[in-house]
Amino acid sequence: MYLIYIITTLSLIISIVFDFSKTKQAIKIALKKLLNILPAFLKMLILVSFMLYFVPDQMIVKYLGQNSDLYGLFASLSFGSITMMPGFIAFPLAGILVDKGVSYMNIAGFSTTLMMIGILTYPVEKKYLGHRLTILRNLISFAIAIIVTLVIGLSFGEVF
Amino acid sequence: MKLKIQNILIFSLFTFFIFISTLISYNPGLAIRDNFIQFAVSMVKILPAAFILIGLFEVWVKRETVEKHFGQNSGMKGFIWAIILASTTVGGTYVAFPVAYSLFHKGARYSIIFTYIGAAALVRIPMTLFEASFLGIKFTMIRLFTSLPLIIITSIWLDKLIGPDYQLKDDEL
Repeated sequence: MYLIYIITTLSLIISIVFDFSKTKQAIKIALKKLLNILPAFLKMLILVSFMLYFVPDQMIVKYLGQNSDLYGLFASLSFGSITMMPGFIAFPLAGILVDKGVSYMNIAGFSTTLMMIGILTYPVEKKYLGHRLTILRNLISFAIAIIVTLVIGLSFGEVF
Repeated sequence: MKLKIQNILIFSLFTFFIFISTLISYNPGLAIRDNFIQFAVSMVKILPAAFILIGLFEVWVKRETVEKHFGQNSGMKGFIWAIILASTTVGGTYVAFPVAYSLFHKGARYSIIFTYIGAAALVRIPMTLFEASFLGIKFTMIRLFTSLPLIIITSIWLDKLIGPDYQLKDDEL
């Protein structure tokens, strides 16, 4: 986390040493880009804060923990797609699920869709890639998530 | 900052909702407010640094360099570089999108930027280490070796699907 600040500061210092006016231009570009995308980020934040309220961690643990069958698999793929959480929350949560006896397959379904599918990041992604590409990318990601989930299930001997 | 009417409406409604919730101690509203603050703080920590790096990238890295490594003739190596670059991404895919966008406008081909975004979602180093410590190295390895080839294959396919004439929007993002 602090690493990015060390890298950014060092890069800035090196950049200033080589060319001050170019560095000034870089900061200007950074500021303009950040301000242009800020409304989309705010919308994403609003979506995330509502979603976290309606789908809290306990609910995910409850649904995934009770159902390790096909229904549980469906739940894990759905929860992963509609929520968004940083790794330092998601993986301890996955650890809890393992301890509760949830299959690795369902955990893979949850974590892979969580990482790849961005329903909540849609406002931001749409700005950069456009509607069509955003939807296509998410659909493809969902297909990949299902394949990964099945391979994990096979590898851990949980299917067939 | 371009503020559209629709955006202004959404933000004022949300602010109003939070304000009223705080005033009357409406619990769901307070919980949503705390979620918002928590996520906003984590983003404020990452975004300025990420965008300064993007700005430096824009002024210092030559178009030819990006074209050579990520352009039409970059071959398989381009994908490897995209994945390595992606593994160092911080935050989440929301940081990968602006980086991918800048790469594209410097001459990277579509299949490379899709691979970059996909890999940034899946193989960020700190996240992967964290995952392995909670779910085991076997889980993480299977996940990586299944998903990465699929990411590359589908990126090439998606590149073909949208065709050579497709243009990303270019409105100074």
